[in-house]
Amino acid sequence: MKFFVQVMPREVLLDSEGRAVQELLQEKKFPVTSVRVGKWIEVQVDQDNEATAKKMVEDLAQKIFSNPLIETFKVFGDKT
Amino acid sequence: MSRKTQVGVIRFPGTNCDQDVFSWVQREGLNAKWIWHRDSFSDQEFDLVILPGGFSYGDYLRSGALAAQSKAVESLISHVKKGRHVLGICNGFQILCEAKLLPGALVTNQSLRFQDDWVDVRVENTGPVCAKVEKSQKYKLPIAHKMGRFFAPADDLKKIQDSDQVWLRYEKNPNGSLDNIAGIWNAEKTVCALMPHPERASLEWMGSQDGKAFL
Repeated sequence: MKFFVQVMPREVLLDSEGRAVQELLQEKKFPVTSVRVGKWIEVQVDQDNEATAKKMVEDLAQKIFSNPLIETFKVFGDKT
Repeated sequence: MSRKTQVGVIRFPGTNCDQDVFSWVQREGLNAKWIWHRDSFSDQEFDLVILPGGFSYGDYLRSGALAAQSKAVESLISHVKKGRHVLGICNGFQILCEAKLLPGALVTNQSLRFQDDWVDVRVENTGPVCAKVEKSQKYKLPIAHKMGRFFAPADDLKKIQDSDQVWLRYEKNPNGSLDNIAGIWNAEKTVCALMPHPERASLEWMGSQDGKAFL
């Protein structure tokens, strides 16, 4: 079973990677007003029960993949 | 006479200030012993555990994020529960925040650059770890980091300030740290960490010996 975790820097913090990309694109005159860069993590889980597996991935996302002080996350299943 | 203070120094893959810290501990007359990140240690073994600087686990995911999940840090949590002492330096500070042994987080410097310079820090609140540093005194120490800007949400920052958990403040803020914070304490005053490197200011030829007071 596969899950996807999106991790994004919180809005209040300077997203240095996003800012660098944004400014480069703006210098090149692309009509871009904001770029934010986060992480996309794919997790393959050896578990038959989807709800249990999703709960575990959400737990990993909360505790390891992201730091809730500075980042937010979303977990997506294979079908969502 | 009491026995020598037993100091454990944790090494992660990517730690690079480990030898400097180890010899600093020995030069100050304390017993130093290595702790490998894959190993557990007893909560009776060390009086003080130091997490040195570097780029543990290549800074993958976030600085300190993977080291915070290691076996050695699991043991460190039991060590802290026993009221024993911990000092984090630079990447050690990042690891302690990721392990939730200290509040807040360290994020990219406002300059977006790796900064390598001498700074003056002022001691705001002292405690039983690094007990030789004196309140209100200034110490000249080097910094070398890209992710050294202390950050905490407003409520958490207020709690840190109100409960005297600010350990050190920069005299001149190098990296955009909130409230000029260079080092903090946990609420129990048994765990402390700083971004500057006291071990790199512990011999005359280094340009400052102010770091000696931190052991």
